[in-house]
Amino acid sequence: MNMPPTLELKNITKRFPGVLANDQVNLTLKEGEIHALLGENGAGKTTLMNILYGLYAQDEGQVFVRGNEVDIQSPNDAIALGIGMVHQHFMLIPVFTVTENVMLGKESLKLLDVLDRGTAASKIRQISEQYKLKVDPDDYVKDLPVGVQQRVEIIKLLYREADILIMDEPTAVLTPQEADELFNIMRSLAERGKSIIFITHKLREVLEIADRITVIRRGQVIGTTTPQEANRETLAEMMVGREVSLAVDKEHAQPGEVVLSVENLFVLDERNQVAVDGVSFQVRFGEVLGIAGVQGNGQTELVEALTGLRDKQDGRVSLLDQDITHVNPRQVTELGVAHIPEDRQRDGLVLAFPVADNLVLNTFYQPPFSKRVVLQNEVILRTASQLVEEFDIRTPGVLTTVGSLSGGNQQKVIVAREFSRPIKLLVASQPTRGLDVGSVEYIHNRIVEKRDEGCAVLLVSSELDEIMELSDRIAVMYRGKIVDILDAKEATKEAVGLLMAGIHPEKTTEPQAVS
Amino acid sequence: MEEEKPQKKQSKDGQKNAFQIFLEELIRGAPEHSSRLRRVWQVLSIPVLAILTGLLVGGVIIILTTEEVFAAWAQSPLASLAAAWDVVSNAYSALFTGSLGDPARIIAALQSGDGLAIRRAFNPIFESLVSSIPYIFAGLSVALGFRAGLFNIGAEGQIFVGAICAAFAGYAITGVPAIIHIPLAIMAGAIGGGLWGFIPGWLKAKTGGHEVINTIMMNFIAFRLSDWLLSGPMQRPDSFNPVSPTIQATAVLPRLFDHPIRFHLGFFIALFIAWLVYWFLFKTKYGFFLRTVGANPHAARYAGMNVLTGVVLAMTMAGALAGLAGANEVLGVNYHLAMAFSSGYGFDSIALALIGKSHPLGVVLAALLFGTLRNGAVRMQLAAGIPIDIISVLQGLILAFVAAPAIIRTIYRLRAPEAHEEEVTVSGWAGD
Repeated sequence: MNMPPTLELKNITKRFPGVLANDQVNLTLKEGEIHALLGENGAGKTTLMNILYGLYAQDEGQVFVRGNEVDIQSPNDAIALGIGMVHQHFMLIPVFTVTENVMLGKESLKLLDVLDRGTAASKIRQISEQYKLKVDPDDYVKDLPVGVQQRVEIIKLLYREADILIMDEPTAVLTPQEADELFNIMRSLAERGKSIIFITHKLREVLEIADRITVIRRGQVIGTTTPQEANRETLAEMMVGREVSLAVDKEHAQPGEVVLSVENLFVLDERNQVAVDGVSFQVRFGEVLGIAGVQGNGQTELVEALTGLRDKQDGRVSLLDQDITHVNPRQVTELGVAHIPEDRQRDGLVLAFPVADNLVLNTFYQPPFSKRVVLQNEVILRTASQLVEEFDIRTPGVLTTVGSLSGGNQQKVIVAREFSRPIKLLVASQPTRGLDVGSVEYIHNRIVEKRDEGCAVLLVSSELDEIMELSDRIAVMYRGKIVDILDAKEATKEAVGLLMAGIHPEKTTEPQAVS
Repeated sequence: MEEEKPQKKQSKDGQKNAFQIFLEELIRGAPEHSSRLRRVWQVLSIPVLAILTGLLVGGVIIILTTEEVFAAWAQSPLASLAAAWDVVSNAYSALFTGSLGDPARIIAALQSGDGLAIRRAFNPIFESLVSSIPYIFAGLSVALGFRAGLFNIGAEGQIFVGAICAAFAGYAITGVPAIIHIPLAIMAGAIGGGLWGFIPGWLKAKTGGHEVINTIMMNFIAFRLSDWLLSGPMQRPDSFNPVSPTIQATAVLPRLFDHPIRFHLGFFIALFIAWLVYWFLFKTKYGFFLRTVGANPHAARYAGMNVLTGVVLAMTMAGALAGLAGANEVLGVNYHLAMAFSSGYGFDSIALALIGKSHPLGVVLAALLFGTLRNGAVRMQLAAGIPIDIISVLQGLILAFVAAPAIIRTIYRLRAPEAHEEEVTVSGWAGD
């Protein structure tokens, strides 16, 4: 068989001022293939796909679609060639129905320019059935969960008869269950002859779903491999360019005195629904308590309540011997609690401020950073330079705005700030979400280091791997309750996974909080 | 301790002038990999080009609204071109001689050596400075609000209340020396304006009522309040006009030159206050607090700051600054309170704060520009017959170009800024 590949990129080079984003990149995509494009943030994956999608023009190199050289000037050209892209941030209009969103830009019309929703809806229904997408064309997008919204994006492409689908970090916004569902959909698309480029930096996913894997580092293709030949370690090494230890090296915990004690805590969410429903647990010096659970089972509210950001309805929280049920965030900070917030850009940083200011965001008012009312800018800058050095924050300088740093370095700024003052308790919420392998390794090691120094750590994560890797004890949260607390040595992924889904092996009745 | 990082060097030498500091603050957000000069240009290019483009488009509007040009068109296109050139050059030369002085007249006056003639020749530039003073105060008010993420549209009302309080303190307090009376009257203005800012700030903190709506409403209350006071309790006893009594001589801000130059101490007070606002915003912990609240209230809360306190504090301070503008007009220029004495300083200052990028020194520069335009406009009307309203058009154009930098970038083919360069103004507009 001498069929030309569906898509072929030859020697693509793209320069930005000061950066070689893509350097002689070659990539072939076969029909019906799921081809993973793996690389750290900033490796050049997105640039390459933007070239393919007509958003950038390459400086050198050629693109072939089904053997013919093409010149893609705009997304419209790409769509005409059957290339479609599912962006990381969805391009949907929430107040429109699925049909209206899908039709947008390719409206099917009846006589006199009347929108023909019926035809479009039936076509969507047909696509939905064919690929098992389970989308109702009449639903409003705003009412759909994130996972379904993503499927609407996929339908948009199929509706336009795309057969090369580019998916940019599609699992970043999904729960593990939704991600599994997406993988099933991707497989069924591939079976029906669609070719998929799957951009990601998550090794586990790549090994699970891809037919072939191309690794990019600093704009260059390091190599192409298959899940059969590769494993997590080799892929990580290809991505980062050095050996990466994915397993966290940690000694046995030496738990000491109880630091944080939560008794029968009730917390409401924005809509005044009970989000945390009678939770009790304790964290001791020198141990990591991991809170596992699918996003949205009350973890966010729990952390906000513990750190003083959200009112508590009922219950008691104490830190060592002190009652901290009704304290504000500043008091929590001053009592020696560090908080790595779930949404680092919204809560953890002021993106428009320089690195230096962000490093003193919650201590600026105290000596030595302030004397009476005057900020001691020299002390702040000096401290910032030291922290940048110590925590290996890659930034042009301490006066660079944090918003211009990469995600990993933004998180390092938060970690540096929180770890640089004396702390008794660390509350880390989704500490590695969206970060590249190198940064994940770094943050994990830092957290374990803190534990070994004798700090108590409360880790909240929806990444099961992370929980299993770091925790000494694992509490599983489901619908606002802690279903069970397991010893990490005895816990298996399967057991925790079942608990996360609300299935308790021993109890047949409604799960009870463990006190 | 010795670091090669260029940023550190700047902070180590304490000897910096205000302009250097201003540039540093401005270019903080600009990309680091370009040279210092480039970064300065990147920041200043938009306002400078906006002003030039505004003058250019303003010229076109002057041409299009002048009948002579159309009359000349009937003769020949060339004649109409000449007429157009005449009218624009007359208008702008009148604008600039009216605001900065006529060089020929200044030289003649200096040669004659006559004191009064010299003062008259230099008067336009001093008048421009006098017009700039209320703009500085009101611009600082809006800029401080922007920095804290608040849109203070109530500067005009705060000016009125500040003026009412300063006028009252000015005429009602008697028998105290100037050294006490002047600060007292100025303070009264600040307190009045501060109260007028505090109310919408407090309403926002307590009820979530948006400050844009509430400050607009407070404006109306202030206007009618002053109308009522001037036709009742504060009306001059011997007058049928709605004006307040003249303030005591001890409350008058001293003039620094003889007649006819009205340039007074208020200008230096304004500069001092601008420096104070700069110092407060960028050098004190409270300023850091307000700027954080403005740039990201979520992060401010996370970091243990009380966002609602910040809102009240910022609105009160913004009100006090605008109140000073009112006090300045009463104590330095008018010596009494009259109806509608502030012709939109408070509203113009919103534009001005945007042009000045919400930075105190930027505000001072923009205020000097606005004061100059406003002062020159009078002469432009007298000498060239161009309606004074064209100045409002000019200000509007400049503002439009500053507020929509994409226009300027398109015209002059500038590259788009990197992320976060315009964070301050953007977050200011977001309101909540």
